[in-house]
Amino acid sequence: MYRVRLWSVRHARGLARFYTGFEALLVRLAPVFRAIGYQRLERPVAALERNVKGLLFDCQMCGQCVLSSTGMSCPMNCPKQLRNGPCGGVSAAGYCEVKPQMRCVWVQAFNGAEKIPGGLAAIQVVQAPVDRRQEGSSSWLRVVREKTGGSQ
Amino acid sequence: MIFEDEPVPGYPLPILPGHSSPGRLERVLRAGSFAVTAELAPPDSADPEDVYRRARVFDGYVDAINATDGSGANCHMSSLAVCALLTRAGYAPVMQISCRDKNRIAIQGDILGGAAMGVCNMLCLTGDGVQAGDHPQAKPVFDLDSTSLLGIARKLRDEHQFQSGRKVTFAPRVFLGAAENPNVPPLAHRALRLAKKIANGAQFVQTQYCYDLPVLKAFLQALEDAGLQDQVFMLVGVGPLRTAKAADWMRRNVPGIHVPDAIIARLAGAQDQTREGINLCVDLIQEIRELKGVHGVHVMAYRQEDTVPEIIERSGVLAGRVPWYPGRDQTPTADRTLP
Repeated sequence: MYRVRLWSVRHARGLARFYTGFEALLVRLAPVFRAIGYQRLERPVAALERNVKGLLFDCQMCGQCVLSSTGMSCPMNCPKQLRNGPCGGVSAAGYCEVKPQMRCVWVQAFNGAEKIPGGLAAIQVVQAPVDRRQEGSSSWLRVVREKTGGSQ
Repeated sequence: MIFEDEPVPGYPLPILPGHSSPGRLERVLRAGSFAVTAELAPPDSADPEDVYRRARVFDGYVDAINATDGSGANCHMSSLAVCALLTRAGYAPVMQISCRDKNRIAIQGDILGGAAMGVCNMLCLTGDGVQAGDHPQAKPVFDLDSTSLLGIARKLRDEHQFQSGRKVTFAPRVFLGAAENPNVPPLAHRALRLAKKIANGAQFVQTQYCYDLPVLKAFLQALEDAGLQDQVFMLVGVGPLRTAKAADWMRRNVPGIHVPDAIIARLAGAQDQTREGINLCVDLIQEIRELKGVHGVHVMAYRQEDTVPEIIERSGVLAGRVPWYPGRDQTPTADRTLP
């Protein structure tokens, strides 16, 4: 939801801190995930992730979440899906050229990044092009898999 | 300037040490000359002469000609085709590549194809949204963004690989450019955003129109503070405004264009507004030339392309230099044949 999304950016600091803790928790649960099987978990976890992040960030389920590098403003809400910064069409008041009623997600991202310790350094990391095959999959499980080196 | 190894059209220049392209624009910039580029509006036509007619207007005044890629999300002759026609005549085009209309498969093909046809400069852009143009019902692609496009182009050139990692046997030897708009939010972070593009391969920058010098100066200062001024060649966007009314319409309706009230007032106060627009552009160029960290200007004189020679001539930025154009050097080359 748009207004919740704006709220999330205003509270980027707290959300980022929560996310760091949440991620650590997920990583600690890796043995459980492995026992159940990532494949079996994919659908329910993805559904949960879609609902939670959908509410908080208008998450588009790109499957390769970069929220912590974008000030808790989801870049996939940019009509051009820009992952590395704003385009040149932002209005003087900071609104989107494609959807003039919407705050530019990248103006938001910089606002959020300023609130998160290390946020402006994180936003400087160049993001690789989106792997469109990951769309709809759970970013959470993907992070756990990557951090624990477990493939399936 | 005349390069002693200036070839006939169709022959590439040798690549000098430290250069990434065989192109004239890179040579002019690396030689420390103040460069001039201009934007060519691609025709709504399939007649090559329409392209050549538009290019000839700039003869002797520009170092490279930008071929726009569906600018404003309007249909025109493709950037790749305009560039191919221009290189045939020996012109040095800047091929604009927008992420709006093509995915990474098509774009990488175009980079190879453009380079094969002698394009030495490529400008990596995001592109205007489809809502801005004459086909708002079209599907916006945006598979890549301008920054990741730069990375892909650089990988093709330097690592001889597609994004997939598959090898190319002959890499595109191109000078890579990025766009920046110092005038729109987040103003404080525009330099940081450009830093990312530089980190991902941008060697030159062509900016959006800069009518607001204090804003431009603040942007250049931020670049300098970030230690980036020596890492990129900066070509500042300029252009004549036709009338105060047109300028006001433009700033209200074209995304990303910022014209300060003082500029509008100066135009409105003039008897001949179009003439004043030209004077204003000349004045701006002369002021921009003096700014630290500026290496050239990019003239976008949409529908007023014929004013470019006068603007450049009067600004004096070429300092007597005559950029190459077909027929500039009257040396007999007719007996030389293409390989």
